[in-house]
Amino acid sequence: MIRKSAERIYLFLIFLFLYLPIGVLIVLSFNNSKSKVHWGGFTLNWYKRLFSSSSIMEAFYTTILITLASALIATLLGTMAALGIDAMKKRGQAIMLGATNIPLLNADIVTGISMMLLFVRFTRLGMNTVLIAHITFNIPYVILNVLPKLKQSSRTAYEAALDLGATPSYAFYKIIWPQILPGVLSGFLMSMTMSLDDFSVTYFTKGAGINTLSTMIYTEMRKGIRPEMYALSTILFLIALILLLFLNYGPAARKEPHH
Amino acid sequence: MSKRLIDLQHITKSFDGQMVLDDLNLYIRENEFLTLLGPSGCGKTTTLRIIGGFETPDQGTVIFDGKDITKLAPNDRQLNTVFQKYALFPHMSIAENIAFGLKIRKKSKAYIEDKIKYALKLVNLDGFEKRSINSLSGGQQQRIAIARAIVNEPKVLLLDEPLGALDLKLRQDMQYELIRLKNELGITFVYVTHDQEEALTMSDTIVVMNQGYIQQVGTPQDIYNEPINAFVADFIGESNIINGTMIEDRLVKILDVKFPCVDEGFGTNTPVDVVIRPEDVVLVSPEKGMLEGDVTSLIFKGVHWEIEVLANGYEWLVQTTQMHPVGSHVGIWVDPFNIQIMNKPESNDEKAVESDA
Repeated sequence: MIRKSAERIYLFLIFLFLYLPIGVLIVLSFNNSKSKVHWGGFTLNWYKRLFSSSSIMEAFYTTILITLASALIATLLGTMAALGIDAMKKRGQAIMLGATNIPLLNADIVTGISMMLLFVRFTRLGMNTVLIAHITFNIPYVILNVLPKLKQSSRTAYEAALDLGATPSYAFYKIIWPQILPGVLSGFLMSMTMSLDDFSVTYFTKGAGINTLSTMIYTEMRKGIRPEMYALSTILFLIALILLLFLNYGPAARKEPHH
Repeated sequence: MSKRLIDLQHITKSFDGQMVLDDLNLYIRENEFLTLLGPSGCGKTTTLRIIGGFETPDQGTVIFDGKDITKLAPNDRQLNTVFQKYALFPHMSIAENIAFGLKIRKKSKAYIEDKIKYALKLVNLDGFEKRSINSLSGGQQQRIAIARAIVNEPKVLLLDEPLGALDLKLRQDMQYELIRLKNELGITFVYVTHDQEEALTMSDTIVVMNQGYIQQVGTPQDIYNEPINAFVADFIGESNIINGTMIEDRLVKILDVKFPCVDEGFGTNTPVDVVIRPEDVVLVSPEKGMLEGDVTSLIFKGVHWEIEVLANGYEWLVQTTQMHPVGSHVGIWVDPFNIQIMNKPESNDEKAVESDA
C-alpha cells in the first residue's frame, strides 16, 4: 500500500516538474496583467495582438513553410536513402547508419554554427539556407523511421511479386510501399516536429530579416516582457502536442497495415 | 521419356568469393517431380533461385523449353515459386493474393473470380476468399501460397522447402496433397528439401547435392538401394558404412569376415566402402551368423526395434521387429543382394565429387 502510494507520488512529481512550467506559461498567456506573478483576470487580448502583428504573422508563415517543405523533402530523400541502405551489404549498412546517427547526437548549436560557416562561404544566408539546414537535420529521423519497416517487410514478398509477373517498380508500389508507409508517415511527422521547435540551427543559418516563430520569440523576449510571446509559445506548444499525438496514435502508429 | 524442359548447363555461382555451385549440370523433364535434396549450404536453394531468376549464375546457361533464359528477369519467366516462408502479401485479402498474378496479366474479372474459386477448391480452402492472411494457420498459409502460384498456370512450379515450417503430421498430409496436386495439374515440380523422407515419398527423381556438387541423380529406389557413395548412403536414411576390401568379384571382406555379394568390376584387393541398411541386417542365433556379437543397446521405435550390436569391433545398427535384450549373444547375417559396394574417395576433396548427371 505504502509502496503503491509512493510510486504514485513519485510519478506525480515527475509530471509536475515536466509540465508545471508550461502550465505557468499557458496561464500567463491569458493573464490580463503584464506581471509575472499577479493574476489580473482572464483575457484573450494577447492572442488578438498576436494575430494583428504583421511581423509575428510573417514569422508564422515562414515557420509553416519551412516546416512543411523541409519535412516533405527530407521524407523523400530519407526514404530513398533508407531503401539504398537496406539494399547494402552488412558492412556498408553499419557505416551508413553510423554516419546518419552522428548528426542526431551532435549538439544543435555545433550543427548550426558549422552549417553557417559552410553556407557563408558559398551563398548569402536566408530562407534557402534555413531550408537546407532543416532538410539536413531531418533526413536521419526519416531514415530511422523507415529502415525498421523495411527490415520487417519481407524481402521474399517482394520476390514473390516479381515471381508472379510484377515489374520491379510495380512490385515496389504494391508490396514494399504499403508496408513502409507507416514509417514514412511517422518520419514525416517527426521531421515536422523537429523543424517546428528547432531554434539553434535556425538562429545561425537564417540571416537578417528572416524569423521563424522560435527565433522571433527569442529576439522579442530579449527586448523585454511581452505577453504576446506567452500566447505564441502556447500555440507552438499545442501544435507540437498535436503532431506528437498524431505520431503516437495516428494512422502511422498502427502496427498492422489494414486494407 | 518426356522431353527436357529445363536444362542447366555448366552453372557456376559464388557469393563473396565462396563457391556455392561448381559446374553444375542438370536437366529436368516435363511433368517430372524432381527433388533437390541435401544438407543446408549444399547449393540446392541457389539452384532453385537460378531457375526462378532471382540469382544470375556467374557462368553457365539456363535453357527453358529450348530457349536461353539465363538473363531473363523473374517476372518474364513462365514459372512460379512457392517460398519457404510463404511470402504472402499481408496487407491483401486471400482473394487479392491469389488474383495478384492474374491482374498483372490483365485477365477479365469473371476469369479471375473463377480461377480463385478453382484454386481454393484445389487446395481445400473453399470459401476463404475474404479472410485475412493473419487469420490463417501455417498450413493454410502454405496452401494459399500454392494456390497463388498455380492460378497462373506455370509450366513449372518451384517449391523451396515449402513444408519446413509445418509440424510433422501436417507435413505428411501436405506431402500427399502435393502429389495429388501435381497429378491433377500435370505440370513439372522442382522441389527443394533437406528432408530425405519427403524426397523419397514425393519424387520421381531425386538429385542429392553436397557442397555445390551433384552426388547422385536417380529414382527414390535407386538412391536408397544403390547409393553411389558414403555421403548419399548416410544422408538417405541410416546406414552401416564399413571399411572393406573387395577381394574379387562377388566377394568382399568386412571386419575380417568374407561376405558374398553381387557387385563386380572393382578389381582385386581394392579398398571400398560397404553400405548395409539397418533393416537388411538379420539377427540370427550365434552359430548361424556370419559373425557373432553382443547387443549393447535396445530402443523401441514403434514399428520396429532399433538395436546396436557390437561385433568384430564395429557397432552394427539393426532395425528388426524381433526383440533382443541388451547383453544377448546374437549372430549377424546379410543377404548378398543387400550389400552395396562403393568406391572409396581417394582424398577428402573427392568426397564431394560430381557424378555424371
